[in-house]
Amino acid sequence: MPKDHGIGASSKRREDIRFLTGQGVYTDDLNLHGQAYAVIVRSTVAHGKIKSINTSNAAGMPGVLAVFTGEDFKDVGGNPAGWLINSRDGTPMREPKRPVLAHGKVRHVGDAYAAVVAETHAQAKDAAEQLAADTEIKDLPAIVDMAAAVADASNRVHDEIPDNLCFDWGWIEDNRAKVDEAIRNAPHVTTLELINNRLVPNAMEPRASIGEYFPGTGDYKLTTTSQNPHLTRLLVAAFVMGIPENKLTVVAPDVGGGFGSKIYHYGEEALVLAAAKKLKRPVRWTAERTESFLSDAHGRDHVTKIELACEKDGTFIAFRTETLANVGAYLSNFSTATPTFLHGTLMAGPYKVPNVYVNVKTVFTNTAPVDAYRGAGRPEATFSLERVVDKMCRELNLDPFEVRRKNFITTDMFPYTTPVGLPYDTGNYHATLDKAMEIANVSGFEKRRAASAAKGKLRGMGLSTWIEACGIAPSHLVGVLGSRVGLYDAATVRVNATGNISVMVGAHSHGQGHETVFAQIVADKLGIPESSVEIVHGDTSKIPFGMGSYGSRSLAVCGVAMTKAIDKIVAKGKKIAAHMLEAAEEDISFEDGKFAVAGTDKAKTFGEIAFSAYVPHNYPLETLEPGLEETAFYDPNNFTYPAGAYICEVDVDPDTGKVDILSFVCADDFGNIMNPMIVDGQVHGGVGQGIGQALLENTTYDENGQLLTGSFMDYAMPRAEDVPFYQVDYSCQTPCTHNPLGVKGCGEAGAIGSPPAVVNAVIDALHRGGHTQVKHIDMPVSPSRVWSAIQG
Amino acid sequence: MQLTDHRDIAADPATVWAAILNPEVLKACVPGCESMTGTPEEGFEAVVVQKVGPVKARFTGAVKLSDMVPGKSVNITGEGKGGPAGFAKGGARVELAPEGNGTRLTYTVEANVGGKIAQLGSRIIDGFAKKMADQFFENFKAALEPAEAETVVADAADAVAEDGAEPKKGWFKRLVGG
Repeated sequence: MPKDHGIGASSKRREDIRFLTGQGVYTDDLNLHGQAYAVIVRSTVAHGKIKSINTSNAAGMPGVLAVFTGEDFKDVGGNPAGWLINSRDGTPMREPKRPVLAHGKVRHVGDAYAAVVAETHAQAKDAAEQLAADTEIKDLPAIVDMAAAVADASNRVHDEIPDNLCFDWGWIEDNRAKVDEAIRNAPHVTTLELINNRLVPNAMEPRASIGEYFPGTGDYKLTTTSQNPHLTRLLVAAFVMGIPENKLTVVAPDVGGGFGSKIYHYGEEALVLAAAKKLKRPVRWTAERTESFLSDAHGRDHVTKIELACEKDGTFIAFRTETLANVGAYLSNFSTATPTFLHGTLMAGPYKVPNVYVNVKTVFTNTAPVDAYRGAGRPEATFSLERVVDKMCRELNLDPFEVRRKNFITTDMFPYTTPVGLPYDTGNYHATLDKAMEIANVSGFEKRRAASAAKGKLRGMGLSTWIEACGIAPSHLVGVLGSRVGLYDAATVRVNATGNISVMVGAHSHGQGHETVFAQIVADKLGIPESSVEIVHGDTSKIPFGMGSYGSRSLAVCGVAMTKAIDKIVAKGKKIAAHMLEAAEEDISFEDGKFAVAGTDKAKTFGEIAFSAYVPHNYPLETLEPGLEETAFYDPNNFTYPAGAYICEVDVDPDTGKVDILSFVCADDFGNIMNPMIVDGQVHGGVGQGIGQALLENTTYDENGQLLTGSFMDYAMPRAEDVPFYQVDYSCQTPCTHNPLGVKGCGEAGAIGSPPAVVNAVIDALHRGGHTQVKHIDMPVSPSRVWSAIQG
Repeated sequence: MQLTDHRDIAADPATVWAAILNPEVLKACVPGCESMTGTPEEGFEAVVVQKVGPVKARFTGAVKLSDMVPGKSVNITGEGKGGPAGFAKGGARVELAPEGNGTRLTYTVEANVGGKIAQLGSRIIDGFAKKMADQFFENFKAALEPAEAETVVADAADAVAEDGAEPKKGWFKRLVGG
């Protein structure tokens, strides 16, 4: 019987009532008295020297209140990178300043170099167009291709960085010689060169920010589309603007999706604050859709060569990769962590391979910054691995299911530390593979293939067995790896006098459903109705210093902080109960919402304890404080390691190259499940994004650095007809061993595991159809690419 | 994008050459051209209104002629700014050679766009550039030839002989009295 309440129940998402009835309150929905409108002036060339900006015409136009250029911000701080990565030779990465507005040079199409603030949006836009016409920018040759960028020292994105290289990273450098040796001596080596296509995150809500300044107190307020308001406050206050943190409140109200792109601090946030201070009026900015395409941090964009060395029976001996990773024109906050510690450390996959070496060169180009996007580095690692394993199976005529089985880490090997340094605590990769094969009815494939063939279609089946490190992140580990922040989280549980509860959390819900799931956990632990629990998030003046939501961390880090705070509430409740029941504290038990003296029928309800805490008429104040409110910070000991097996079946139309996804089976191990319905939704969304990457989405810059895919007409997002009815299973559960909820995280899984399953299925279909010359097709596996591959 | 094509024009190379250097002719031949002023030596200033996919804009820009070999070849380069719509840059290498009684005009056109036109209209820009070039050179050819030139080019000399009348002049010829 499924639970209808608390942990494990599919409680309906309470936030959906406002989201689905148009009553959410997003940044752009807020209207403030006296507000003015900012419009950003963006570069139309990829690389250029700013010769002159004549602001006088724009400044004199109707309604214009202020004009800003890079000159106004040249003395404030840059927007920093969050991770310091060292090159193989030990030198620190090159870290150019990322200004609020470009100064001296523009470095990508969409680079903001000026802004206009006016009484109305239309007036600001008119003046911004005038300002663009009054700006002289001398074109410089655009640096777009990564290999060319590194090879040509004469043309530089940043004048001080001669080879456009941010760093040349090796992981683990000490293993390199051993890995090289193993590959040299291996009976078989499969090599694959591939591109992990660049993606635009395309959150449904574009970025928006409102700055306010209160002259009476000197306080600032920033309302913004952020996945982590405290981190944004830290960056904009301490690093960029030089505002004391205590004088700035950052609020991220309802946020319509982020997928990583709203983790980072962007220059527009500093701009609206500076403008609000100058004008002593609220100043607002909302991105147009094309601005999102141009200026949101993009995702992926790796060019990789991977080699897999193995025995003739498919037993893995070594993996070696060389990757060029695009960081774009500037370092976005987590851009240096994504291709390194979120990518290289996963390059062993779920396999007991003894030798792994990863080399990543990150390259500056005249394109938008690239940073973490749903999965962040782990999809790139998984795609490289699962594609090369599939290619090896074809070369050696081995069964892809059996090869995985043969190489999986087995349950008796945990805890297991991989050659790329991650200590996997637990897992059961054979179980998820078995489950996926059972649901996908692998043994019935031949019959389905024949049915497709009868319709003139080529049917194929693709497998991907994936693992990720999430629950980001243990500070002690990430500190060693170069992180400039800790990655704990925090929660405050406030029991109100009437017994209901407000929980202030550091995680930020921008669609995930925290308001529902976190309330389920609190209700379950305290034996009260879910409706008595309110989850408060997204406001630095209310919540403790937590690090927000990304990296499938909310439940595994913030959720655990919350349970630790609840433990403290229960402990305090026992003290109060002991006083009220005139018993010893150690004799008090707490169960089903009641504090009772063990072995007696003397008990107090949770509500009675709460009321007493706030009406302490006869408290022994020396030993018992009034009130019932507790805060806990939680810093995990380790990452969590969700894993799973995905099986995709496709039909390929050999005449047109069109791929139809017929079925998609996910068997995941997420540890313990808090709300199955929300897990279903997370996996559906993630797989949908992965199918988008595999079949449809591509960000194209031409050789001049012009973005050719700047609208939904040119950038193909998956639509309902592009995705199948998913079959999602998470019954194989090996609970996380180091957090008390036993949870691992499920937010990114679908986007990590699905792209190689789709591409492997397409290659399988082509091979079964006799087109065995096709070794690989880069994503997106579009009809034209498939058709061209068929033609040879 | 790059495209190469040619047109056979029923006019001698000297006449064709003169037309290329004439801003009035260029104005009449550039699709959507509102004004064209200047000289071959100093370059031309042009205003052109065009719609590329969803983006309509008035481009103002400069056209320069270089590497001129009179009667034979010239490089034409131009850059037009369309304000918020972005910009277009292009160049054409034009070569003339006698062909029968007329001239073979061979052209290689290169076009690039930037800004909003690139972001919103890139998927149609190649077709657009080809159409613009085709229209320009069709107009140019028409300006130099009799109205019915399409069918009579090869037989122009015979036509004169048969009915004893001059073939009808293209409007450029009328304009310059050639």
